[in-house]
Amino acid sequence: MKVLIPSPLLSYTRNREVTAEGATLRELLADLDKRFPGIRFRVIDEQDRMRAHMRFFVNEVQVFDIDHGLRGTDTVCLIQALSGG
Amino acid sequence: MVRATKKQASLKKVSKKHSRRSVPRRVVLLVGTRKGAWILHGDAQRKAWRVDGPHFLGQTVHHMVLDPRDGRTIVAAVKAGHLGPTIYRSTNVGRTWKEAAQPPAFARAPEGEQGRTVDHTFWLTPCHANEPKAWYAGTSPQGLFRSEDGGNTWRPFSVINDDAQYRGWMGSPQDGTPDGPKLHSIIIDPREPLHLYFAMSGGGVHETWDGGKTFAPLVKGMDVVQGFDVNDVTMHDPHCVRMCPSNPDRLYQQNHCGIYRLDRPDTEWVRIGNKMPKMVGDIGFPMVVHPRDAHSAWVFPMDGRTVWPRTSPDGKPAVYGTDDGGKKWQRLDNGLPANQAWWTVKRQAMSADAGDPVGLYLGTTSGEVWATRNAGKRWACVARHLPEIYCVEAAEID
Repeated sequence: MKVLIPSPLLSYTRNREVTAEGATLRELLADLDKRFPGIRFRVIDEQDRMRAHMRFFVNEVQVFDIDHGLRGTDTVCLIQALSGG
Repeated sequence: MVRATKKQASLKKVSKKHSRRSVPRRVVLLVGTRKGAWILHGDAQRKAWRVDGPHFLGQTVHHMVLDPRDGRTIVAAVKAGHLGPTIYRSTNVGRTWKEAAQPPAFARAPEGEQGRTVDHTFWLTPCHANEPKAWYAGTSPQGLFRSEDGGNTWRPFSVINDDAQYRGWMGSPQDGTPDGPKLHSIIIDPREPLHLYFAMSGGGVHETWDGGKTFAPLVKGMDVVQGFDVNDVTMHDPHCVRMCPSNPDRLYQQNHCGIYRLDRPDTEWVRIGNKMPKMVGDIGFPMVVHPRDAHSAWVFPMDGRTVWPRTSPDGKPAVYGTDDGGKKWQRLDNGLPANQAWWTVKRQAMSADAGDPVGLYLGTTSGEVWATRNAGKRWACVARHLPEIYCVEAAEID
């Protein structure tokens, strides 16, 4: 499925839009990490919590559960809520 | 409770190989800032500096250390403002970088329990010379980690990360520094790789004689903020601890509550900051020791009065040095701004090289790097307009 990557993570993917597979967001992130090693830990912590300023949208709807189900036609968008100076 | 095994055997004096270092081959300064890192390459006279950078632009570099065992590997603790923390490694003095495959991370919490998350790696220490690929890392919140492969993969080290007693001593996030409690000052005895120290802000100084299987606090003699119990390890806030390369039995410490010295096998710190001028006080963050003379050390005092401005006292920055183990201190401000300079120096942002006379370097919260080629007799600004500086490590390369 289509995954949109925010600019702070382009050092991993080089592309704003990539593809990855998974029946859940957890599986999708695991697949992304296989393709782009290290990317998962930058957005999900060691307790499997979404990092504070990372947001995950599926078909433009924000999801909060890493086990949220996905379909092959979904579009997943990773957003970084930038703030501060 | 975690307890250290007692070891009374006296350790041999450090070998000449460790105590006598040659005149620097070429000094580089590894400068980590709130928004990137720079490497300053000194000429043979340590007078002209070539600036290389930025590296990791926009990312906070809490610590960056060159491995003295090979003279070319740099490990850097990096965190982008809103991404998880990571580690980068270079094996060519910063020409190229590779991200660690497994940065420091706490163990997964058992089901139903709240696990901890590493916010950032704060401190890096290369292990003993006999362990050429091994490194230690200290994190915020406080955790101790070790890598066996040059910083590529990291695992929790020792029992302290999950020990109930140590977790108690670490306190809550409210007990730590404003940007998170830190584990720092990881020190390896050059005579005995199983003998380590580390410190926590807050949570005291700790020691192991068995390579981290057991640790014990080493806080006797250290003061705490007035009104608190000096026997409560949680209340102790060491800011920076250093071991003298020429005499590993001597430790110096800059603490939230003063400057101290400890001569092992004694276990009681002596407050040598009482000899500092009263108008300046003995509060600060960095502590620097001489590479060959255990009687010489330097501090950078800050204003710890009233609301703790943490600036140079009265806007007049100065290094203070001792050459007699802290019996007396000398103000070393020649060349530094005379007034209206309200910066200060963080705990990793001051260091010494191995030259003769020794060179000292400090990085300011206002983004300047100052250097002296003569142990503080005359300071010169060698870089300015950098972001807020978090670390300055002097190292030698070929």
